[in-house]
Amino acid sequence: MNINLTLIGQAISFAIFVFLCMKYVWPPIMTAMRERQDKIAQSLAAAEQGAQRREEAEAEVETMLQEAKAQAAEIVATATKRGNEIVDEAKETARAEGDRLKAAAQSEIEQEVVTAREDLRKQVGSIAVAGAGKILGTEVNAESHAKVLDDLVGQL
Amino acid sequence: MASSEAGRTTTEYIQHHLQNLVLGVHPENGLSIAHGSEEAAAMGFWAIHLDSMFWSIGLGLFFLWLFKKGADRATAGVPGPLQNFVETIVEFVDENVRETFNGKSEVVAPLALTIFVWVFLMNLMDLIPVDWIPYASEKIGIPYMKIVPSTDVNITLGMSFSVFALMIYYSIKIKGAGGFFKELAFQPFNSPNVLVQAIFVPINLLLEGVALIAKPISLGLRLFGNMYAGELIFILIALLPFYAQWALSVPWALFHILVITLQAFIFMMLTIVYMSMAHEHH
Repeated sequence: MNINLTLIGQAISFAIFVFLCMKYVWPPIMTAMRERQDKIAQSLAAAEQGAQRREEAEAEVETMLQEAKAQAAEIVATATKRGNEIVDEAKETARAEGDRLKAAAQSEIEQEVVTAREDLRKQVGSIAVAGAGKILGTEVNAESHAKVLDDLVGQL
Repeated sequence: MASSEAGRTTTEYIQHHLQNLVLGVHPENGLSIAHGSEEAAAMGFWAIHLDSMFWSIGLGLFFLWLFKKGADRATAGVPGPLQNFVETIVEFVDENVRETFNGKSEVVAPLALTIFVWVFLMNLMDLIPVDWIPYASEKIGIPYMKIVPSTDVNITLGMSFSVFALMIYYSIKIKGAGGFFKELAFQPFNSPNVLVQAIFVPINLLLEGVALIAKPISLGLRLFGNMYAGELIFILIALLPFYAQWALSVPWALFHILVITLQAFIFMMLTIVYMSMAHEHH
């Protein structure tokens, strides 16, 4: 427990160590730590910004999606309407065509009937002339009895 | 039992362990290594503890080497393990300095770091089993080897007086010699009456002077006392039969881990507080 030169020796080495620490150890470590702090702060800010941007983009996507859906629904509705119209038109056309065909057939039939009646009348006329001739035993002159025959035919 | 190995009595064993390797000028032997405490005492002030100086400077260099290595690798990017370790300690010290020390100084934080790590390393030597290094050095011809520098009162007082010198330096630098004197002379008693004040001044000077001187002495002796006591108990435990030593040395070593850290921390904190007081205006 003697106080001796060791005390001064220790004081000198202490001073040197503190000086060296102050000069070469402390500043670079503190600088690096500060820089890292700044860097981390910046990164965090950037990350937050990124998250915000992503949220915005998501919202935008949502809006666009909704718009597209609405558009699609509209298109479908229009298409359905148009389809119905086309079907209706087709129905109408078909009905008209049918009616027309039916009318044509009817008139043809009527024509046929008239023609047939005419033929029949003519044949009935000739048959009546032939019959009357046979009954009378003489030939009935068609030309001289034309008036009678025409009356007869007219009665049929 | 180490004492019987070396053929010494218990008292001799303890004395041997508490004896520094003293190099000095002996009145009869001239420049020599002291053998025993009487010879060391006879050398007076002009002697030096080679073992304390060796371990103290060695540990100081180790501290600087380690932290310089950490500082060289310090980047703002992803830190490596050494950088992490160094930065953890630096940040711990920096935080304490920030909380306690209000002035602006380039010196205080590195000073606190040096004190904390260096004192911790010196205290840490206490956990090396007490016989290992003294025994090994005796084998290579060094008669005494005390490996814990902080159990040497010269070492602890050497540091505390350096802190004291810094305190005085900053007190005078910041407050001026007059301001520093005023702080000593007009506290704690003062009076608006000039005559009464004249009586108070010497009383104040005495009180504040004692308080001022007590700071470095208590700072140095606190560390020394704690470490010396711890070392002594390790030596006493080493006197037990070898199969029984662990029962006491293990708990004491575990407890001592706390003590060495705490003492290093206290030395650092008090230094910061003293520096803060030196920087404050009243």
